[in-house]
Amino acid sequence: MSAISLSDLDISYGSAKVVEGVSFDVAEGESFALVGESGSGKSTVLKAIAGLAPDWTGGMSVLGQPRGHRPDRGFARRCQMVFQDPYGSLHPRKTVDTVLSEPLQVHGLGNRDARVEEMLRAVGLDRRFRFRYPHQLSGGQRQRVAIARALMLEPKVMLLDEPTSALDVSVQAEILNLLKRLRAEQGLTYLMVTHNLPVVGFMCDRMAVMNRGRVVEIAPATALHDGSFADPYSRALYAASGGTAHD
Amino acid sequence: MSAPLLSVEDLRVSFPTPTGRVEVVKGLSFDLGRERLGIVGESGSGKSMTGRAILRLVRAPGRVEARRLEFEGTEIQSLSERKMRDLRGARISMIMQDPKFSLNPVMTVGRQIAEALQAHERLDRRATRARVLEMLEAVRINEPERVAKMYPHEISGGMGQRVMIAMMLIPRPSLLIADEPTSALDVSVQAQVLDLIDELVRDHGMGLILISHDLNLVSRYCDRIMVMNAGRVVESCAAADLRHAEHPYTRGLLAAVPRMHETRDSLPVLDRSDWSGT
Amino acid sequence: MQMLRRDWYHDDAPASRFQANAGRFYRAGGLLMRNPLAVLGGAIILLLVLTAAFAPWIAPYSAVGQDLSARLLPPSAQHWMGTDELGRDILSRVIYGARITLMIVALVAVISAPLGLIIGAVSGYFGGLVDKVLMGITDVFLSMPKLILALAFVAALGPGIENAIIAIAITAWPAYARIARAETLTFCQADFIGATRLLGASHGRIILRHVLPLCTSSMIVRVTLDMAGIILTAAGLGFLGLGAQPPLPEWGAMISRGRVFILDQWWVATMPGFAIILVSLGFCFLGDGLRDVLDPKQGGKS
Repeated sequence: MSAISLSDLDISYGSAKVVEGVSFDVAEGESFALVGESGSGKSTVLKAIAGLAPDWTGGMSVLGQPRGHRPDRGFARRCQMVFQDPYGSLHPRKTVDTVLSEPLQVHGLGNRDARVEEMLRAVGLDRRFRFRYPHQLSGGQRQRVAIARALMLEPKVMLLDEPTSALDVSVQAEILNLLKRLRAEQGLTYLMVTHNLPVVGFMCDRMAVMNRGRVVEIAPATALHDGSFADPYSRALYAASGGTAHD
Repeated sequence: MSAPLLSVEDLRVSFPTPTGRVEVVKGLSFDLGRERLGIVGESGSGKSMTGRAILRLVRAPGRVEARRLEFEGTEIQSLSERKMRDLRGARISMIMQDPKFSLNPVMTVGRQIAEALQAHERLDRRATRARVLEMLEAVRINEPERVAKMYPHEISGGMGQRVMIAMMLIPRPSLLIADEPTSALDVSVQAQVLDLIDELVRDHGMGLILISHDLNLVSRYCDRIMVMNAGRVVESCAAADLRHAEHPYTRGLLAAVPRMHETRDSLPVLDRSDWSGT
Repeated sequence: MQMLRRDWYHDDAPASRFQANAGRFYRAGGLLMRNPLAVLGGAIILLLVLTAAFAPWIAPYSAVGQDLSARLLPPSAQHWMGTDELGRDILSRVIYGARITLMIVALVAVISAPLGLIIGAVSGYFGGLVDKVLMGITDVFLSMPKLILALAFVAALGPGIENAIIAIAITAWPAYARIARAETLTFCQADFIGATRLLGASHGRIILRHVLPLCTSSMIVRVTLDMAGIILTAAGLGFLGLGAQPPLPEWGAMISRGRVFILDQWWVATMPGFAIILVSLGFCFLGDGLRDVLDPKQGGKS
């Protein structure tokens, strides 16, 4: 059974088709990357899976169950998402405690105090942070809270939308390490959207390269070592990014 | 070496907070010739404030103090606001991070560039037009006549940034300050824009201050690098020597970036207690 | 006592929900106290509330007791604000009138603010057809002058203080719905709403727990600023004889009665007029101060 399976997925915003004929399978426990430049439709694919871009046709299933067009409670327990902007993904008037308790309340889960404290520890936040508001946290700390919120319902699949692109490099390293450790500890499947190829090399097993709404190539992450891409666009992207990442 | 283009000594920028004034730039000194200087740091390091302070763009209640802040031998701090306006744009230009917020949405690209020119030089219409088209060509925009008639929302981010560069360079300044000029752009466009800035700076014999969070990028496009942390310069070296940087912060920053040939299991994390940073 | 120390409120790492909330209010309160006009406004409102609460003890005379031998006396040591055409002490009537004013203001706020808030938030959150219908209704109400609309409602419902309150509330909510909708639109696409939807939270929960709390601060500001208008509308209705009925000491109605004597016995109409101006100003000052504290985006422009 694959964790995420997309077949011939088309996604539109209004009358414009932004993603066309996307198909790929992500195995359980795999870390899969969607790479591409802005406007390639990579984030839209993630939103469609999450149910936040409901205007799609084609086949989509998560952990063997077909996906509806909207978020639903059953799906929430299986799959969660971490957003790009840590400043926009936390409610400005809610403490860390409230943010982390909410998923438990929505699903009627008990033992909230203990679970919140345990999760804070898991994402490397001190207990002192529990009753702070987002404005009292740094970007990296906010992203830890967002990751903690996504993990509160113990999902098996995580959708990561550029989780570190808004962060400083030293903080990015911390968050990437955290995501890698959590995946190993909890046996998570990652579908990660990014424009940063070196991050793919660190985090992922395979990647799909997207350009103008289509997947042009699916390659193993090891292709980043030698640049063995088949598609000319992938090669161009690799060359452009290769410059920014020395070895 | 002749007199430096820009000479900064003990530059301090501070902002008031409920608990007293806080310095975001704490005593920065450097001399800049007709060369390319990179200022690198993470958010909150004071790198952007340094760029703004040189142009006297720090708004109240922020306060800028320096023992010396000389541009081409003139003390900037004592200039009147009018003289400063003449200096900004004409002699020192600044390219900001996101072209979307820096271009006027209801004015065509051509008019905006023409206005930048007219603010500093008196030229008749035809000469202005010729200069605008020439400049658009210089920033490698195909069909400059067509692009000059377009509005900012009709052009892509990369082209927008090129238009910004055209606007900033058309009065032929002698110093260009570029504050994260490409971080809002895609990787493939980034290199083009930076190559372009690099070429224009060399051709015109200008000074360049490139402000960025990206050590590798800065090391590629600059002659000299200053690494800032918490308002102070922690390391200053030639770009070629970056690999041999000594300060733990610089080394930490370099190591924390994932590489294309990544084989490490976890990325080294900065231990911030190592030095006087926050 | 360690509990009440300043540091406890300013603690960057609160140890409990209670401390976190207390800290937030303490900081907001501190900001408010630094604005002299807001403090003045708050003091006026406090004075109004205290006056209303303790009217029977403060007022030197009864508000309705007539004394025909003391008709239309000018302000003196005995009657600080003079007496009206039936010999009633105007100061006492103004003091009792504070109760009516406070009731009008409170009831209008309690009815119209939540109504506008919910309609606006629902409209902005769902968009589409819901938005079109709700905003269409709102626009119908907004397209007519408030006082005229209130007049029409009172005329239909019959004169009286309760109907005046209902009429004012009906005319007040559309403005709040507009603001709430505009606020909602600015953040209903934000990631934190998306993240909450992904948790499986219902629309009702998202609107109540996530959207409304973000609209309330600007709503509180707006309602406070509108209070002056509400008081004036109520006074206007009273003046036209459609609001509070005699012998209720409503300020607008008092001015209306005093109109007849305005040239010779100026104090009859002027004293309640002063009260209206003072309270309106109080609400305006407080509203401005609150805006600076609760709604920093809008502040600082004046």
